[in-house]
Amino acid sequence: MSTSRIARAVAAKDLRIEMRSRVVTNQVLPFSGLVMIMFAFALDNDDVLQRVAGGLVWLATLFSLFIVVQRTFAVETFDGALDALRVAGVNPQGIFIGKAIALFVQLIVLESVLFISAVVLYRVNVNGSGLVLLVTCVLCATAGLAFVGTLYGGLTAGARGRETLLPLLLLPVVAPVLICATRATESAFRSGGLTVGEGWPWVAVLAVFAAVFGLGGLLSFSSLIEE
Amino acid sequence: MSTNSVINFVDAVAVYNGYPALAGVTIRVERNEIVLLQGPNGAGKSTLLRACAGLIPVIRGTANVLGHDLTIDRESVRERVGLLGHQNGLFGELTIEENVSFWSTVVGASTEERNSAMERMAIDGKLAGRRVSELSAGQKRRCALACLVVRRAELWLLDEPHAGLDAKGRDEIDRIVKEATASGATIVVASHEIERAQQLATRTISLVSGQVRDSQ
Repeated sequence: MSTSRIARAVAAKDLRIEMRSRVVTNQVLPFSGLVMIMFAFALDNDDVLQRVAGGLVWLATLFSLFIVVQRTFAVETFDGALDALRVAGVNPQGIFIGKAIALFVQLIVLESVLFISAVVLYRVNVNGSGLVLLVTCVLCATAGLAFVGTLYGGLTAGARGRETLLPLLLLPVVAPVLICATRATESAFRSGGLTVGEGWPWVAVLAVFAAVFGLGGLLSFSSLIEE
Repeated sequence: MSTNSVINFVDAVAVYNGYPALAGVTIRVERNEIVLLQGPNGAGKSTLLRACAGLIPVIRGTANVLGHDLTIDRESVRERVGLLGHQNGLFGELTIEENVSFWSTVVGASTEERNSAMERMAIDGKLAGRRVSELSAGQKRRCALACLVVRRAELWLLDEPHAGLDAKGRDEIDRIVKEATASGATIVVASHEIERAQQLATRTISLVSGQVRDSQ
C-alpha cells in the first residue's frame, strides 16, 4: 500500500472525525478567542496591542495546539486504533503524514480566525506585500507545528500523564516557531517601524524548522509509536 | 520446526511493564488449528497474543510466527496477523461503513472485499450507516471482526472475543471463527468462557504465571 494513499486515508479520517465531533469549532476556537479577548482586556492599550498582536496570535495558537494534538491522538488510543494500525503493518510514514496534514488543516482554520480577531480586536493593518509575507509565514509555521505536534503526540500517545507531559515536552521545542513567527508577523503588520523585508529571514528559519521536523518525523515516527 | 507450524515458541521470555509476563513459554500451533488459551487473570494470555502479533518484544528464547523470527524482526509478521484485543480499534464518530472502508484502504483491500466482509458480519444495509459510538457491544465486535476479515490475516489472535456479548453475539463470534478456519486461517483464542471456547477449540493450552502448565 502506497504511503500517499495511507496518508490520504488517515487525513480524511481525522478530518471527518473532527467535523463530526466539532472539538476544534466548539471548544478550541472559543478558547483561543477568549485568550485573544483576555489579552485585549489585560493590556488595554491600542498601541501596545498593535505592537504585540503577532505574538499574542501565535501564543494563542500554541495553547490551542496542545489541545488539538492531544485530541488527534486520543481518537487513536481511545479504542486501541493505534495498536491496530501497528498490528496491521500500516506504513508509519503514511500515518505520520496523514495526521500532520489533518493537524495542519485544523490549525490553519484556527489561525485564520485568530488573525481576523487580531484585525478586529487589536486594529492591526496589513498591506499587499505584508499579506504575502503573512500567508507564507502562516504556512511555514503551521507546517512546522503540525510536524512537531504529530511527532510529540505520537511519542506521548501511550504514556501515563500524557495530558501534562505533552505541553512540557512540546513547549521548548516549538519556542523557535513562536519567536520566528512572531517576528515575521510583526514585520507583516509593520509593528514598531519594522519593514516587510525584515520578516523574510524569519520565514526562512520557519521553513527550515518545518523541513527538519518533517524529515525527522518520517524517519523516527515508526520507533516512537512502538512500545 | 514443522512446515505446518504457524506459531513456534520455545522458552520464550517477554517483559511487559517491567514484569516478565511470559516466563519461558513453549508452545506450537499448527496451521488451521483453533487453540484456546486459558488461565487466570495475569497468566500471560494477552501478552502471549500481543507477542505473537509482534507488539511486545521477546527478549529470550525462540519466537517464530508464520516463519518470521520475532527476536530479530517484529514488524514483517504484522501484515499476516490479525489481533482483536480487549479494544476494537474502531473510531466512534465514524459509521460502520466508514470504519471498514478506512481499514480496507490502509491495508489495500478492494471495495468488493469490504462489502463481502460487511455482509459476512451482518453489518451491511441500514446498520452500515450508524455511528460506532451508537452500537451495542456485539455490533462493535462484529464491526471489528469485519475490519479483521478485510485484512485477510492468516493468523487470528482473539483476546476475550465473547466478552460483553449476549448469547446471540457469542454464537455469531463462534460462527465467524469457524468460517475463518474453513477458509484457511489459524485461530488462537484467549477466553474465560471455558465451556464455550472448548467446544470451538481443537486444543487447549493452560497458562499460569507466564508459563504453560498444560496442553491438551
